[in-house]
Amino acid sequence: MKRRDFVKKATLSSFATLIGTELVFGSQMLKGYTPLALQDPDPFKMFNKNKEMIVLNDKPWNIEAQAHLLDDKITPNSCMFIRNNGLIPENIDPKEWSLTIDGESVKNKKIYTLAELKSKFKHHSYQLTLECGGNGRSEFDPPAKGNQWTVGAVHCASWTGIRLRDILEDVGIKNDAVYIGYHATDKHLSMDPNKEPISRGCPMSKALQDETILAFKMNGEDIPVVHGYPLRLVAGGWPASVSGKWVNRISVRNKIHDGTKMTGTAYRVPCKPVAPGEKVKDEDMCIIESMPVKSIITYPKTGALISKGKSLNIRGHAWAGELEVSKMEYSIDFGSTWKTCSLEKPSNRLAWQHFSASVNFPKPGYYEVWARATDTNSIAQPMLLPGWNPKGYLNNACHRIAIKVK
Amino acid sequence: MDQEKTFRNQVKKIYRLLIILFSLFVITGGGLVYYMVNPDIFDNKSKTVIAIPADIDEDLIENGIHVRTGLVNAEGLMTVVNNCTNCHSSKLVTQNRMTTERWNETIKWMQETQNLWDLGKNQDIIVNYLVTNYPPIAKGRRMVLKDINWYELSN
Repeated sequence: MKRRDFVKKATLSSFATLIGTELVFGSQMLKGYTPLALQDPDPFKMFNKNKEMIVLNDKPWNIEAQAHLLDDKITPNSCMFIRNNGLIPENIDPKEWSLTIDGESVKNKKIYTLAELKSKFKHHSYQLTLECGGNGRSEFDPPAKGNQWTVGAVHCASWTGIRLRDILEDVGIKNDAVYIGYHATDKHLSMDPNKEPISRGCPMSKALQDETILAFKMNGEDIPVVHGYPLRLVAGGWPASVSGKWVNRISVRNKIHDGTKMTGTAYRVPCKPVAPGEKVKDEDMCIIESMPVKSIITYPKTGALISKGKSLNIRGHAWAGELEVSKMEYSIDFGSTWKTCSLEKPSNRLAWQHFSASVNFPKPGYYEVWARATDTNSIAQPMLLPGWNPKGYLNNACHRIAIKVK
Repeated sequence: MDQEKTFRNQVKKIYRLLIILFSLFVITGGGLVYYMVNPDIFDNKSKTVIAIPADIDEDLIENGIHVRTGLVNAEGLMTVVNNCTNCHSSKLVTQNRMTTERWNETIKWMQETQNLWDLGKNQDIIVNYLVTNYPPIAKGRRMVLKDINWYELSN
């Protein structure tokens, strides 16, 4: 029997159980009609995403933006990338939700209901840049394994919640605490209940920052389910995988957290630079912490045809992990000359910064506008791909758009 | 007299009741016969209201592409479909372009960490399909911008 037919029949018989009777003509229905509940889902409707978002993977769901969709200063849900390692939890009941704080380095294990978290601790809102560690992976050569993100696995939304530090202080942590690791309710792709799809974390220094929060609101509303409802850890400036979704437990560890995707090669890069394609032993791979300096041109959309003699206004965002962006430049001659963009300060630490410039072209023809950000440590984005690494992380090469002047 | 009238009225009532019952019987019977001759009548009705175009054939191939998964129709296709699209989407397969060695490593990783079964003889068939139909593309240190949709911008 074909698998889908089997699922249909099984579902029909459970419908029958539900309504206490056989579905009349149920067997005929199979011929031409698939009940709504069984149809292939439309991800754009299901997740309220812009139709121009790009679906990289539908099991698990991984969807990215295009550069021009990220033009808003605060990214709306419709244009936020989706990255999943496992299957999205279903039937979430916020009244039943609790958060357990445990681990070797807590004085006493403690459990909070969601309502307690919301009422007991002070609320804070921050705009926080979350970028997938593998954003830009598609450009590596030799190719790196995984979802082939191009430029759109980054967003900066406004998150509201409580400081992780406040909770950890309330619980009481021991002096030997090294790392926190989150646990969540998403399911492993193999449906093995003993496997976690992902359980990452960060060192105590990051966990205790003002901006590291357990969020229950995104852009002023309940967090959409696909982005971690009802509780998400948000740690801006680090690979977005640190910002665990659907969090129901945080372990305070006396060693580096060893959950799924903390070990091996996941979210790690070679500790020392390697040649493209070189093999790297697991023990020579180091955990990614702060993301590197990067920027994106969000207006105009690549491919604009403009008239001679008219200047082109460009704009976009720049970010630098734990640091700030200190300088923003653009080039229309492949890096021979650079001109400065105007650059705004971040609305808070770890928020992306907005840049703009008015670009003039000397004569008709094909141009590329390249953008380059420099961080407060004077480190700039490379025009070429940065150091190759086996899993294709941290591609912060300059973004560019194509323009023709007529 | 009265008794006779009452009796006649009762007979009339029974007569009417019988006619109604008989009519119902004829209508129902006729309907059933019609349904036997045209069994699609209810089907058609529901189609016009809620039916969605028929589900795609699981094994349908169009223009050299396996419609359900988007995989290229070539030797080993169904072995790949049956072994590689249960846990994750075929999109994860087609996005990734690797050499024989790296596919074998990836399969080993999936077996060690993701509950993938022993593929036995199928492993060679699968890897051969992948490296033949989805070979790595040389990208160098930076590719030229491709597939640009040009549009007029009145700035």
